[in-house]
Amino acid sequence: MSEASVVKADPVASPAPPPRDEESIPHPMEEWLRMDRIPHIWCPTCGLGTVVTAFIEGLKQTDLERDNVAVVSGIGCTGRVAGYVKLDSYHTTHGRAIPFATGLALSNPKLKVAVVSGDGDLVGIGGNHFIHAARRNMDLTVILVNNFIYAMTGGQVAPTTPETANTTTTPYGAFEPPFNIPHLAEACGAVYVARWTSLHVRRLTESIRKALSKPGFALVEVVTPCSTLYARRNRLGSGLDLLKFYHDNSTIQNGARTSDVGIDFQKPFIVGEFVDHDRPTWFQLMEARMSATLGDKFIPKEGPSCTNSK
Amino acid sequence: MKFWRKPLDLDEQKVVRGEVHILRDRCKGCGFCVEYCPEGVLKLDHAYNKKGYHPPVVIEGKECVMCRLCELLCPDFSIFITERGTGVPEVRDD
Amino acid sequence: MIKADPAGVLTGAHYLDGDEACAEGAIAAGCRFLAGYPITPSTEVAEHVAARFPMVGGTLIQMEDELASMAAVVGGVWGGTKSMTVTSGPGFSLMMENIGLAVMMETPCVIVNVQRGGPSTGLPTMPGQADMMQARWGSHGDYEVIAVAPNSPQECFDLTIEAFNLSERFRNPVFVMMDECVGHMTEKVVIPPADEIEVEPRFEYRGDPKEYLPYKVNGGNEYGIPIPPMLHAGQGGYYHTTGLTHDERGYPDMSPECQEWLLRRLVDKIRLHRDQLVHVEEDGVEGAEVVVLSYGISSRVATRGIALAREQGIKVGHIQMKIVWPLPDRRIDEVAGRVKGLVTVEMNYGQIALEVERIAAGRCRTSLVGHAGGTVQDPEKIAETIEEAAR
Repeated sequence: MSEASVVKADPVASPAPPPRDEESIPHPMEEWLRMDRIPHIWCPTCGLGTVVTAFIEGLKQTDLERDNVAVVSGIGCTGRVAGYVKLDSYHTTHGRAIPFATGLALSNPKLKVAVVSGDGDLVGIGGNHFIHAARRNMDLTVILVNNFIYAMTGGQVAPTTPETANTTTTPYGAFEPPFNIPHLAEACGAVYVARWTSLHVRRLTESIRKALSKPGFALVEVVTPCSTLYARRNRLGSGLDLLKFYHDNSTIQNGARTSDVGIDFQKPFIVGEFVDHDRPTWFQLMEARMSATLGDKFIPKEGPSCTNSK
Repeated sequence: MKFWRKPLDLDEQKVVRGEVHILRDRCKGCGFCVEYCPEGVLKLDHAYNKKGYHPPVVIEGKECVMCRLCELLCPDFSIFITERGTGVPEVRDD
Repeated sequence: MIKADPAGVLTGAHYLDGDEACAEGAIAAGCRFLAGYPITPSTEVAEHVAARFPMVGGTLIQMEDELASMAAVVGGVWGGTKSMTVTSGPGFSLMMENIGLAVMMETPCVIVNVQRGGPSTGLPTMPGQADMMQARWGSHGDYEVIAVAPNSPQECFDLTIEAFNLSERFRNPVFVMMDECVGHMTEKVVIPPADEIEVEPRFEYRGDPKEYLPYKVNGGNEYGIPIPPMLHAGQGGYYHTTGLTHDERGYPDMSPECQEWLLRRLVDKIRLHRDQLVHVEEDGVEGAEVVVLSYGISSRVATRGIALAREQGIKVGHIQMKIVWPLPDRRIDEVAGRVKGLVTVEMNYGQIALEVERIAAGRCRTSLVGHAGGTVQDPEKIAETIEEAAR
């Protein structure tokens, strides 16, 4: 494909749209966004805005109180999500979104903490934190946006870059085997694992709802188009072409074995809800253990403790 | 929405009609909404918005069925649908 | 200031090592979250906290590494809990990244570094004081820090409480720069009744959460420190904070003007208020011809060296710096103008000594009694250096 396919604009200008006071009816997302920061920094045909909508739509469908939801991001394109959602939101250091979120969740157990960050952030520089949070079954919902590349820094190879893909640091093609993220998450103990693309927006929304509603380490991987770096360097067209590719090449296989869901460069791949089971969270295990050994002497942590008023 | 044959209970069939709201100047012209609208309601306008992109417009005579796929897919929060009432489904001639 | 929560205060006389005393100080100060990673010689602090926390409503988690520990501490604070971590040199190096985040987000927290010989793995079970400059400058960028340095288990208890209080007063990370000697030294520690322990509560936002601007300074706190009040996660503020340069809304602003606006305040809140951060113990400084400057375990050894020099008839004063960062530069400046020499005793090849030399600016002799760590100073060597300085 030599040129990015775009939806062509109509050659004839349409009559001016009927006068409508746009301000009188706000976009339903506006209530959930920091509108003073919109437009966002993401490129045209990037999938991240779609993921934000899916996250908010999924959140709205849960029983969670808005005040009790916090979003933590690391660094990178996806790391900017925390800056746009109108919730208590923390933009932290590269790779450390999960440990920061762990501190937040343990400090105030009434919170539901969601981590929204990229593939490089969460399984590259933050890989150690990812596997341990899954092992502990820390009560975190992790939305891992996978665009197969370090985009913010200009398109370097990521731990998810498929073999042979061109990046700025693999100009002759990537040759390291990438992570199969659902398999990694399941092996480490995640209680919920799903993968969708940003085109599967309804299924993605439903998975985010489930993940947020479930206690424990729940992972939703979202394959999204990066038009400016991944698509352009690999001559894959625009983000729209990548959505078309996902449409034609992704197969929904709920319950698929995660070991079978690795992604090869521009080959058909599997999406779906792969893991959904229950096991006690870190907090539940800790409280059970302390109660068993200390009995009445154990005083569970209730909420924030540094306030004057308590 | 169209039926391939006329159902016997056509009088009772109701289709939700949506009104498409486009925030023209927020759009980055990705074309996701145009490409994935199941009813082909949208096209990209010939005219540019403030940012220099072609935002979508509703094709005259086309009816939105309020599936909200464009709203969910739009990465720039620049299109959304409100309910406009219900309509009678169209019966295709062929 | 408010009184300490009696639930966390083990009032009475105890026989504790410095690490345990530090742990008790933290609990008395209201710390209820600790994220850490084991490292000699600091581990006993976390071990002691692990045993005590379940009985006082605290949570301890052993993280996968020190990067995670420090990140979790910053998260813990924003969740509304006084938080700390404990480490030694190699772990301190890993924590630098998120210490920078804590500074940038203005996160009050305490980092205990029980120093050992370095660099790298160095001398894991032996003392050092060579992380002092790392505490000051270890993370990238320009910023100010506060560091205390106890010289006994009692001071480990007292100064850990002070560290928590100062972290709240200045909304800044505070370091407790212990060393292996102090950490593993067992002595009598007197823990006063809870109502005699003053604890600084968080400087909290009291207005409408919907109008909260996380970095809007409205006159600062009662101490005149220009810090914004805090709102925690879950209080309905829907605020944003970031490690990026940010405006008063907490939103990233990549402009030199905003960088200047933010960093000027972050630095000045400590630099211009450092008179509130002078905590020294002085002995015989008035009329002295030589003054010894020291901190941590070196200050105890120095007292013996000073005694030997006094036996020789030299008038020697001693300034033990309990707060090392920021340095009591105005006091040192004052003293430097009227003594023959300033002798810095520390377990490194000259970290604070170079600062003292800078402040003295050639007005008196400045010398260092220093070595690479592994054992304390030789008092004879200290006495000899004092004698040389007095000549």
